[in-house]
Amino acid sequence: MLRYYVDLALRSLRRDKVLTVLMVLALALGIGASITTLTVLRLLSGDPLPQKSSQLYYPRIDPNPRNGYIEGQTKPEAVMTYVDAMNLLNAHRAKRQAAMALMQAKVAPLRAHERPFYSDGVMTTSDFFTMFDAPFQYGGGWTPTDDANRAQLVVIAGFLNDKLFGGANSVGKTIRIEDHDFRIVGVLKDWSPQPRFYTQELGGRSYGDGEAVFLPLAAARAIDITPNSVNCFASVSDMKHLETQPCMWLGLWVELGDAAAVASYKEFLAGYANQQQSLGRFQRTETDLPDLMQWLRDEQVVPDDVRLQAALAFGFLLICVVNTVGLLLAKCLRRSGEIGVRRALGATRRDVFVQFMVEASMVGLAGGLLGLVFTELGLWGVRHQPAQYASLAHLNIEMFLFTFVVALVASLIAGLLPAWRACVLAPAPQLKAA
Amino acid sequence: MQIKPILSALRRHKAGTFLIAMQIALTLAIVCNALFIIQQRIAHLSERTGIDEPDIFVIECEWVGSPTSQQADARMLEDLRVLRQLSSVQDATPSNSYPLNGGGWDDGIKLKPDQLQDSSGTTVYLADDHFIDTLGLKLIAGRNFRPEEVARIDMRDRLAAPQVIVTKALADKLFPNGDAVGKTIYLAGNPTTILGEVELLQAQSIDRWAADFAYRSVIVPRRLAASLGGFYIVRARPGQLDAAMRAAPAALFEHNPRRVINEQDGVLSFAQVRARAYERDRGMAILMGVICVALLAITAAGIVGLTSFWVGQRRKQIGVRRALGATQRDILGYFMTENLLISLGGVLVGVLLAIAINLWLVTRFEMSRLSMAYVLVGVAILLLLGQGAVLAPALRASRVPPVEATRSV
Repeated sequence: MLRYYVDLALRSLRRDKVLTVLMVLALALGIGASITTLTVLRLLSGDPLPQKSSQLYYPRIDPNPRNGYIEGQTKPEAVMTYVDAMNLLNAHRAKRQAAMALMQAKVAPLRAHERPFYSDGVMTTSDFFTMFDAPFQYGGGWTPTDDANRAQLVVIAGFLNDKLFGGANSVGKTIRIEDHDFRIVGVLKDWSPQPRFYTQELGGRSYGDGEAVFLPLAAARAIDITPNSVNCFASVSDMKHLETQPCMWLGLWVELGDAAAVASYKEFLAGYANQQQSLGRFQRTETDLPDLMQWLRDEQVVPDDVRLQAALAFGFLLICVVNTVGLLLAKCLRRSGEIGVRRALGATRRDVFVQFMVEASMVGLAGGLLGLVFTELGLWGVRHQPAQYASLAHLNIEMFLFTFVVALVASLIAGLLPAWRACVLAPAPQLKAA
Repeated sequence: MQIKPILSALRRHKAGTFLIAMQIALTLAIVCNALFIIQQRIAHLSERTGIDEPDIFVIECEWVGSPTSQQADARMLEDLRVLRQLSSVQDATPSNSYPLNGGGWDDGIKLKPDQLQDSSGTTVYLADDHFIDTLGLKLIAGRNFRPEEVARIDMRDRLAAPQVIVTKALADKLFPNGDAVGKTIYLAGNPTTILGEVELLQAQSIDRWAADFAYRSVIVPRRLAASLGGFYIVRARPGQLDAAMRAAPAALFEHNPRRVINEQDGVLSFAQVRARAYERDRGMAILMGVICVALLAITAAGIVGLTSFWVGQRRKQIGVRRALGATQRDILGYFMTENLLISLGGVLVGVLLAIAINLWLVTRFEMSRLSMAYVLVGVAILLLLGQGAVLAPALRASRVPPVEATRSV
């Protein structure tokens, strides 16, 4: 029976070519626009470390002076002073913990005729790689002892290894960073979790490539590498020794295994703030411990423009659906005579209803297919935009299937009213009119 | 034209009427807001920088070999001498940033040393005595720096210059009586005297967070001599921008090859700087425009489709009316009026919807309120669109011959 309906639908669609093309085109445009924007939105609001994000937390404390503080409204600071970061780090209250800052590092090429180049880098402590599940191609991270010894070691990204060593195992070799020798202990695989959660507030991008070099914090500071972002809350006497200044420049991440650990860390953090207040270092005792996804929400990493575009695209789709309802309705009412004949020959209301829904869903499928083309076109357009996330805009299999779901649902909704109107037509007057 | 018969006819086509009206309403709501967003973005990207853009380009130079601040300063002074000697170059100045750069140094200004809150935010431009001439700024009070007042500063040094030049916007904010020159202010915690006032100089960032101090810039007589390198802002002689942009990096490399000037964006004309800074705003405006056009096209197509169907359905009635004496104009008028009535209904709902959507956008996206002008423009566009779309089917209807009345379909 279904095959017969499909046949009927094809005949009917072929009869009014212009109308059919119009319906399919409108639906495809709506679907193309909404799937494109939805793909980008999902990509940008995704989970950077799905297997780990629920265990990663970002402690926030507030070393600012009292002035300007509004109880219950002022959020604690997003970055820490060196003193606080080290106090919390060395307390070892979490399963793993790492302090980090972003930097720019001049890397010397290995061949003489090439010019040195600047690379993005992270200065951090030993737990960084295990805590963030950073995958190694060769070697591994450094140890807490290396941290303490200011060992001049470096972990480099795969792309830097490709550039400098042609992808060969470079562990044990030495590269010059900021005119100092650093021995390579590890080479990462391609690793750049999106959004770039740990670069937030540290002077980094929200999306895009990962860093090229990872240095031990103490070693990097020993050769005077400055962090990308420094925020001072009192007058500064010496910007060279940031460690002793009232300046915030470090982010601290901690890994907490379960709810009990989170609760106890929260308590520890509150206790720390109170203790610092009684020591006279803190004027504000507000603390916060968002998990990774909450932190990204707090930071509002997803650009407003992207959300606005998504909202707009779905408005667009709604109009396209309304448009399709109108056109399908017009078509089906024009065929009152045919419906009358079918009903008189024994087709039930159900049959007529199904027949028209089949026709609608065929419009939907065609709209979905063409919509997919528009989506690919739209994503191609996004990739050629100047945004940080441009290169990430690709259609995944999930969204590919979702396109057809949207197309079918949209067309079935669009088909409901016309199909219902068709099936409640009384056959007799139609036959008489014919 | 009698409206009552049209209304009673429409009552027999409730679903179709409702659908067209709703489509018009939704389209109006979205088009109004899209037009509004387009206008806001365009207004944003036509904000002035205050500098003489056509002749200016920027060189970003990085040093090789970690020079000390003294060494970097010496290299910079030589570079500036080299640049200023070029025949196609009028003047050149070193700086830490420039308008639309999107990166630089922002700080706070206080009027008293013990003040807790800043009186204003500001963008700090580090400059020498050629800065004002190179950028083509207009000095409206006080005087420019003298060469001996310009000193070297490293990245980590305190910003303690005895004198600064401020923009009019900053001067007016700090001293509303217009007597800013000669007054002492506290920049980054250090006292400094206002030496002069320039008319207009935009901040380095055009982002929303910097909107509070968009034109409140301060020019400090300090050369940033950092081991990293810095910017040279160069002004070409009128009409010689291209020549200067080729000659300048070549001359710099010839003088001292120990430097990195990025091949892609190491030398940028200010037109390129502007295009980069506003790429996103322009992209959004274009996207909104495309969406508006597509929506209007789809709505028009929908109206054509449904009206054509109605015309087809009513051929017999039209024939009867024609046989009873209605002219072609009457028939045309009938369908045009019918569409106008539906459109008016749709537009009415659409206005409310447009305002509702705008209110939602205001709460979610830091947008301002929709001005009624855009709503009116949107209403006019949609009414015209409806009339235009209905014209073809209505004309076809008017050509239905009276003899149609005698035929059974």
